Amino acid sequence: MRVPPELKYTKTHEWARQEPGGVVVGITSHAQQELRDVVFVELPAAGKAVKQGESVAVIESVKAAFDIYAPVSGAVSRVNDAVAKSPQVVNQDCYGVGWLFAITPSNPQELAGLLSADAYSQQIQAEAH
Amino acid sequence: MAHPLIFERSVPGRRGYHLPPGGVSPAPAGTAGGPGARAASDAIPQEQLRAEPPPLPEAAEFDVVRHYTRLSQLNFSVDTHFYPLGSCTMKYNPKLNERVAALPGFSLLHPFQPAEQAQGTLALLHELEQLLCAITGMAAFTLQPAAGAQGELTGLKIIAAYHRRNRRKRSTILIPDSAHGTNPASAALCGFTVVQLRSGPDGLIDLQELKRHLTGDVAALMLTNPNTLGLFEREITAIAALLHERDALVYMDGANMNALLGVARPGDMGIDLLQLNLHKTFSTPHGGGGPGAGPVGVTKALEDFLPVPRVRRRGKGFVWDDRGRASVGRVHGFYGNVGVLVRAYTYIRTLGREGLVRTGQTAIINANYLKAKVADVLPVRFDQPCLHEFVVTLKALKAQGITAMDVAKRLLDYGFYAPTVYFPLIVEEALMIEPTETESKETLDEFAQALHSIVEEVRTNPELVRRAPHRMAVERLDEVRAAREPNLRWVATEQRVST
Amino acid sequence: MDYAPNTDEQLQEMLRTIGAGSLEQLISAVPQPLRQRTLDVPPGLSELEVLELCEGLAARNRSLKETVSFLGAGAYVHLIPTVVDALAARGEWLTPYTPYQAEASQGTLQAIYEFQTMVCELMQMDVANASLYDGASSVAEAAILSLRATGRLRVLVSEGLNPQAREVLATYLRGAQAILQEIPTVNGVTDLEALGKAVRDDVACVLLQQPNVFGCLEPMTQAGELAHRFGALFAASVYPISLGLLQPPGAYGADIAVAEGRCLGSPVAYGGPGLGLFTTTAALMRRIPGRLAGCTVDQTGRRGYTLTLQTREQHIRRERATSNICTNEGWLALRATIFLSLMGPQGMRELAERNVEHAHDAQEQLCRLRWIHPAFDQPFFNEFTLQFDPAFPVDRVSRRLARDGFVSGLALRDWFPSMPNASLWCATELIRQADIDRLVDTLKRIG
Repeated sequence: MRVPPELKYTKTHEWARQEPGGVVVGITSHAQQELRDVVFVELPAAGKAVKQGESVAVIESVKAAFDIYAPVSGAVSRVNDAVAKSPQVVNQDCYGVGWLFAITPSNPQELAGLLSADAYSQQIQAEAH
Repeated sequence: MAHPLIFERSVPGRRGYHLPPGGVSPAPAGTAGGPGARAASDAIPQEQLRAEPPPLPEAAEFDVVRHYTRLSQLNFSVDTHFYPLGSCTMKYNPKLNERVAALPGFSLLHPFQPAEQAQGTLALLHELEQLLCAITGMAAFTLQPAAGAQGELTGLKIIAAYHRRNRRKRSTILIPDSAHGTNPASAALCGFTVVQLRSGPDGLIDLQELKRHLTGDVAALMLTNPNTLGLFEREITAIAALLHERDALVYMDGANMNALLGVARPGDMGIDLLQLNLHKTFSTPHGGGGPGAGPVGVTKALEDFLPVPRVRRRGKGFVWDDRGRASVGRVHGFYGNVGVLVRAYTYIRTLGREGLVRTGQTAIINANYLKAKVADVLPVRFDQPCLHEFVVTLKALKAQGITAMDVAKRLLDYGFYAPTVYFPLIVEEALMIEPTETESKETLDEFAQALHSIVEEVRTNPELVRRAPHRMAVERLDEVRAAREPNLRWVATEQRVST
Repeated sequence: MDYAPNTDEQLQEMLRTIGAGSLEQLISAVPQPLRQRTLDVPPGLSELEVLELCEGLAARNRSLKETVSFLGAGAYVHLIPTVVDALAARGEWLTPYTPYQAEASQGTLQAIYEFQTMVCELMQMDVANASLYDGASSVAEAAILSLRATGRLRVLVSEGLNPQAREVLATYLRGAQAILQEIPTVNGVTDLEALGKAVRDDVACVLLQQPNVFGCLEPMTQAGELAHRFGALFAASVYPISLGLLQPPGAYGADIAVAEGRCLGSPVAYGGPGLGLFTTTAALMRRIPGRLAGCTVDQTGRRGYTLTLQTREQHIRRERATSNICTNEGWLALRATIFLSLMGPQGMRELAERNVEHAHDAQEQLCRLRWIHPAFDQPFFNEFTLQFDPAFPVDRVSRRLARDGFVSGLALRDWFPSMPNASLWCATELIRQADIDRLVDTLKRIG
């Protein structure tokens, strides 16, 4: 179960990575494993204003649909078309080419307030019991 | 070998049905295409005409008969197999109902024929409404909704209209977490916000949880009784009182009415509205996905809100009355699924009072008997007498890597349709089992034996169960592919028959 | 008479196995005060008695075997091939459950896939679902889809839409954030100028019926263009039998096309059950309400069928589903599939042509009477509106015709108060020359 140390995490199993272009967001390995085969991702429109903790995307397996929540507030700058075409990349490489969307953050403090890799690892271990 | 599609059987030039020759006016000599074609090209502007006839299959009558007969043999059905599907009440569909519905007097009647030409159907609908009132203890019914979900929608529209008339803003519906998915979907479709109530440790509505959520914004509580675990909400009178104190309403999903026939009436429990599923409790056939019917019953206080038109007596006969300023309006293009209503009426008149009572009783005995026969291998989640259905949990099999779905698939190999799987959501690895009253003791014994065998297989040969079914027309299907690459229609030049 | 096979002896044995002394122990959770004391239902009947009762009721109706009807108005009476009844009556088609367990339902699932295909072929649209309740609720679902897909609030509906369908639409939209606006007709068809003025970028969809409530053919292509100019969706409510001949909605730019499909192989049955056909372009596929059957393969590579894109539906998405629909009209969809297979392309075209011919002949002959006139000067398919001179009130003429075994066209006064002496007449392939001749003779004797 990979939990890359350089990323930040949310309680709702998203990861966030600060890049020059904005904050890139995806779902964690734990999440994609629970979901099983991803069949479809409903991504937000570029430009959409989002608030931290708000549902901005939906990820679907055959039998379930889950909300993806914005880790930070801001505006959606771009979305990953590759995921729209081949949803399975979310399962194959959730931290790399399986990223979902990027946000231009409006409040830089929010990213710092997210969970560290350690804190997130502890959370998923606790959930398992 | 895969069963070919009718399109793959198509041969250009074949035709399955022929109209009688000629039309109404003689064609001039030498006119191509017959009188009909001439009339069409004269009467309708070219740009409104279709360029080519629709590209439907071309098949002879016998091609069609063989194709759809062979296809039918790939199905399980109530006529051929036991369906222990919880919350679906898959009872025998009497052939007598079919014969009556097919009578020309009922089936060859246009909805706009004057009332005096439809007195038979109007009398039937009027009497059916009264019979449903007698069975449920409600004061009035609408027969318009075409299915349970449409009944729920109608009920919710009535709830909204009730509060609007009283100039109250109520935007929340409380729904237990054990509810059928149509409940929150219908509430959302009506513009309500859904608040989920966590069930108590006994599987029932938790009164404290209810009180916590009973704000001044609550329009109604939507519950099922008995609930989806087959358990009677014994506090129902107290629950209804709590809602009524706040001038909120109680809606009952009547899907499980089979358990209450002759036992208790929702109208006596403080229920303000309910829908019935005629294709469940009242034996009309499921048809592979409908038609159903979802009549909605209400208290006297809510009668004005019912959809119009309604059947009323006038003199010695009946008429359609579409007065009703408070009515929520029409939910069906005409009067509802009348063909289904005729079947249900026939069933209720066949059973009569003693038949309905015996139906409820034997449904309950059958369910408890089956529960007892499997209790040693499949624990019931909430161990108390159930009514007409019960829920077992298969979580103990997870240790061998077997899920409820695997067991369900293996049951197909034994010649039984699977029980309802993964519902209600509050029970882990759930199988919901409802035998109904029309299954014989012998069938129940065979089913119990099959479950025992499968549990033993889980112990000795889990792969057999995990990869089931093995004896059906197909093995487990690639649902991931079906969702990732939706193929929802056949297109020419694709898909040759594979062997 | 009931259908529970276990004898009283067997039930006693079963109670012993349960470990209960009596049924009372099993229903002890139901409080005594709630126990039912009365069940005010007549005693049960044997099969012979039921038949006597129900045949008696049926005999109090005047069926279409005993009368010649010129009614249409949204419920159309067409031929039903014998093979449809014979096949559909099989228990394997009539009594299965919804096909959730795909391996035990390949018959139903393949039939749905064939149905979806044929509906697309008839309508020339990309995607069809497994059916909705009826044409009217399909119109409502088309509006709801448009509102959600565009995020806009206004729905423009032509006055030419069947008023009962419009009532259902209004019921579904009441309480939602939506504005229903009617576009008037002029000379029997949608007023394109009024439509052009009304379409703005707050319009979610423009909805027309083809042929419309008066039987007239609408300018669908132009209406579609007006809708698309402002980014609104164009929805068409159509008549399946007409599509053997008339331009299908896919050809005139419909984004959504719906219909009442009962006329494809099922009896009119006093208006229900119906069969809602619902189709869209590929772009709207994931917003479609209701079930979808998809083709896939099994573990061995064998072709098979399964319900798919189920995350749209109520049993998974619950309050965020595309619709609340669960049970739909599966058995009527099967009948329609068999019907369309028997008719084929040539049969559907001939059937449509026959309808045009019979209706135009009827209209022509009726309008030869000096007191009967066409209400509108528009092309029509198999239904037309007539205007009677004031000296011949529609109701009086109807009663007179009823005495001679006819059901006349529908008086339009209730739907359109500005047309107090007009009526709507339909002649399908089942109306024969002799029927028209006899009708004209009877009418001649009135005037």
